[in-house]
Amino acid sequence: MNIWLAMVIAGVITYLMRLSLILLFGHLELPGWFTRILRFVPLAVLAAIITPELLMPKGSLWLSVDNLRLLAGLVAIGVAWKTRNAVVTILVGMGVLWILQFIC
Amino acid sequence: MIRCDRWGEFWAGVRAEVPILFGVLPFGMIYGALAMEAGMSAALSQSLSWIVFAGSAQIVITQLVAYGVPNLVIILTVAVVNLRHVLYSASMAPYLQKLSLAWKLILSYLLTDEAYAVAITYYERQDLQDKQMDLSAMALERTHEYRHYFLLGAGVALWMTWQLSTSAGLFLGAVIPESWSLDFALPLTFIALVTPLIKDRASVASALVAGIAALVAFNMPYKLGLVAAALVGILVGVVAEKYS
Repeated sequence: MNIWLAMVIAGVITYLMRLSLILLFGHLELPGWFTRILRFVPLAVLAAIITPELLMPKGSLWLSVDNLRLLAGLVAIGVAWKTRNAVVTILVGMGVLWILQFIC
Repeated sequence: MIRCDRWGEFWAGVRAEVPILFGVLPFGMIYGALAMEAGMSAALSQSLSWIVFAGSAQIVITQLVAYGVPNLVIILTVAVVNLRHVLYSASMAPYLQKLSLAWKLILSYLLTDEAYAVAITYYERQDLQDKQMDLSAMALERTHEYRHYFLLGAGVALWMTWQLSTSAGLFLGAVIPESWSLDFALPLTFIALVTPLIKDRASVASALVAGIAALVAFNMPYKLGLVAAALVGILVGVVAEKYS
């Protein structure tokens, strides 16, 4: 198989997965229990992306004050909780990481 | 709020995506540099960025090509790595239900991790506000009429950045020093997006369990750990909600 053809097939499969339920649910009335499940999708997915980024920045569990990404991430969570402001959260988080990298 | 105007929504989507773009930039450059190292042509490497348009899958592809893995295996691997998009599709579906087929086809193409994250959290926040304001069905329909432009704006901003950063990686290499830690902008943005969603016991349980499960399942290949952790988190959230 030609590599170009393989990549087009891989792209089409990816696209169909993105389209799948958007298309399917276009004609169905969604039952209440289903929308209650969907409410947890962004929460669970994002938590599952964030946690390893903070606790496993090098690929294995790193629970230590030397883990600067964990420290900066915890500060960012606190700021997000207090301010509910995305821009402030990101700026403070980046700033803390840079300062810690500079000091340590 | 800008809600009732389509280009207002579009630019709000672009603006919400901007912090993530700082994290995407080095990511795209790393992909471009890896693709060159793997011996892929510049044309193929650049085209992958719009044909597949999924960062982690593209990076996996460069590794498989470098090892000379058969094409069929590459295709199957991409399918597994991108499995989480089915979850995004389910989660976004209710918000796009009333749109025309053309809109669904376009917005599905743009449904990446990064665009999904900003758009879905925007829609959920909006729904919450609407509930508090107790709007009539007609008023709701009007304020929601153009909100798909938000996802369009976020998606287009990400798409353009992804194409440009791929080119930059192909021709310059990954020139942004790792010590700048720009990639950290991604988890930070996700933190900013997810924290406001945590508002009751069920959501705390769901997020905590999904996070711990992601650590436990981290070594599962091809991002399957992420999908498994998300499913466990969703399940725990639903059960916790039922019993609280």
